[in-house]
Amino acid sequence: MTIVTRRTLIKSGTAMGAAGALTGPALLEWAKAWAQSAPWKPESGAQLSLLRWKYFVQSEDDAFVQIMDAFTKATGVKVAVSRESYEDVQPKASVAANTGAGQDLFWGLYSLPHLFPDKCLDVTDVADYLGKKYGGWVPSAVAYGKSGNRWIDIPVCYSGAMMNYRIDASDKAGFSKFPDTTDAFLEYTKAMKSNNTPGGFALGHASGDANSWVHWCLWANGGNVVDKDDKVIINSPETERALNYAKQLYANMIPGTASWNDASNNKAFLAGDIYWTNNGISIYIAAKKDPSKNEIAKDMNHAVWPIGPVGHPTELHLLYPILAMKYTKYPQACKALMNFMMEADQFNKWLEASQGYLTQTLNAYDKNPVWTADPKATIFGLAGKRTLTAGGLGSVGEKAASAISDFVVVDMFANFCTGREDAKGAIKIAERQLQRIYR
Amino acid sequence: MADLAIHAGTASSLDATAWDRLKTNRNWLGFWFMLPAVAFLVLFLAYPLFLGVWLSLTDARIGRAGEFIGLENYEWLWGDSVFWLSVFNTLLYTGVASAIKFAVGLYLALLLNQNLPFKAILRAIVLIPFIVPTVLSAIAFWWIFDAQFSIISWSLRHLGLISSNIDFLGDAWNARWSVIFVNIWRGVPFVAITLLAGLQTVQPSLYEAATIDGASRWQMFRYITYPLLTPIIAVVMTFSVLFTFTDFQLIWVLTRGGPVNATQLMATLSYQRAILSGHLGEGAAISTAMVPFLLGAILISWFGLQRRKWQQGESND
Repeated sequence: MTIVTRRTLIKSGTAMGAAGALTGPALLEWAKAWAQSAPWKPESGAQLSLLRWKYFVQSEDDAFVQIMDAFTKATGVKVAVSRESYEDVQPKASVAANTGAGQDLFWGLYSLPHLFPDKCLDVTDVADYLGKKYGGWVPSAVAYGKSGNRWIDIPVCYSGAMMNYRIDASDKAGFSKFPDTTDAFLEYTKAMKSNNTPGGFALGHASGDANSWVHWCLWANGGNVVDKDDKVIINSPETERALNYAKQLYANMIPGTASWNDASNNKAFLAGDIYWTNNGISIYIAAKKDPSKNEIAKDMNHAVWPIGPVGHPTELHLLYPILAMKYTKYPQACKALMNFMMEADQFNKWLEASQGYLTQTLNAYDKNPVWTADPKATIFGLAGKRTLTAGGLGSVGEKAASAISDFVVVDMFANFCTGREDAKGAIKIAERQLQRIYR
Repeated sequence: MADLAIHAGTASSLDATAWDRLKTNRNWLGFWFMLPAVAFLVLFLAYPLFLGVWLSLTDARIGRAGEFIGLENYEWLWGDSVFWLSVFNTLLYTGVASAIKFAVGLYLALLLNQNLPFKAILRAIVLIPFIVPTVLSAIAFWWIFDAQFSIISWSLRHLGLISSNIDFLGDAWNARWSVIFVNIWRGVPFVAITLLAGLQTVQPSLYEAATIDGASRWQMFRYITYPLLTPIIAVVMTFSVLFTFTDFQLIWVLTRGGPVNATQLMATLSYQRAILSGHLGEGAAISTAMVPFLLGAILISWFGLQRRKWQQGESND
């Protein structure tokens, strides 16, 4: 286990701090010192309001609240935090952008800021400052953060969705190592099913789980929603191949996945009904926390998604960007807050508190101990580097966000896998919807 | 005009007529008294309705005003198989659920109208499904219908009646019947209690007279209870159909319109397209498309069921 201390990091020329090294009074002192030297000085009398997605891991939110408190103590700027279910942040932010009234900062999903790029405060200076200081941004974060040449948000972190599997059952099925290709994965699902230890992916309207696996499947087989010019190219032999592959997987899944939402696979995995699925680290955290589920925590592990015929990772992980509205009366305070929460002394602690649920977008944080303390969490640290962006080959923006929110690709797969449509019919329906979204 | 006559003859009243008339003229007074109600209706009913219709003719998105595009949203929906599926689902859901709610509700009302022991408690118990917040009861049913943890599947498996769990919400038709069942469970008390209130307005002397005339129980129901109950049936069924047609919470908690849009109602599809994927114009078009169906339902209830003009003391049509 590598423990990086603040001293060694300062020595090595970066300002990366040890996670958890600063707590209580130490954090406050550091915050005050930071406030003295920070490039952005909050306006006098500034007060901020922030709307964030509702947390999934309590300790993550506790750490977030601590950061906000430290910011208030250091700068005198009060931050009023409100929380909404992650699907509801987008409509609220959109209305605020349109009416020019609402919270100063919004912390939401995927390409939220790209729905109204002109209404977002230009934070290029903050992004450049952080990028230089912390080893640069991962490429997908740059795609999410920039609109043209300016940064319209700070891509705070990813939430990685990886393969979750039971070790013992996989061993019994003849897979001591989790399959790393789609062909091997299909064999794996077959073997698991025949051993009466099946798994499953959500095929209902599960914003996170369903979207992540169907996009992986589509991209892994060479299919794409749009090309780089945002022209709809879903109607292709590769998409058909992806559908056929998914249908074979579906045949090996536990019955009922067509009705699953984001919580269903967590429940089924923790109840010992399924033995493989896709999810964030939340199943593992819940299993560790609950003494009656400790056995499951011991017997489970995570793996990156198998690679398909295209030959490279085709994963889709959730990005959480934070944006400040142009209408804010306190733009400097907004920038100071964005900078503050991404600084090593806060961010490292926060990463640790989230126990692998959140993954960094700045390269320097690859060294955070959370990725080495528990080997079962390690691969979640790769989420930012392995993920593609929401639009696939196309732009990250409103259209890509719409297609995902409307479950176009999910429904295409579900239509075919459940036998409601043949492949051509399922693709045609999706194509028609996509052409309207991307017109 | 009495008030004008009283003031006639005084020069000053003629001078001040404009303002005084506004204050004292009966027609104007009527207008002033109506104004709050009109303002209320315009602000909270007419304006949102027309705004919805207007939005459906634009390409508005959340956070951005749209441009007028005529009937383009409707043309697109005309060719959209998911939209037509939602229309089918909505009609099926409303038709089946309303019919069963009426039948069961009427039966329960007739039962509760009898002289039963613990009458008050029984009536209170019947109301329970209606009192529990929809989202709460829907979450309970979500567990009851869960693919893995369903208590129904569990019980049947332990009784040896089935070998594997029933896929309540993952199979298209199972899901449709499941949501219809929950809607009925929730809606029956409203129908039952309202019809019970109607039953209690029927004068016992009518039954006594019928008994003397040798009428059977069925004849008493058919020729006394039912005709006297029709106005309240019209009201209760209008409301029941409207509530069912526009149902959202149950579906959203149980299935979110799945599997593969098999339980997608027009209301849920409208929300998904307008709010979640941001196409306000298209979502508004789906909502507006519900209006003709709702108007049709109201017209059937009022003109079909309420033909009898007994309230006005007139003979039947």
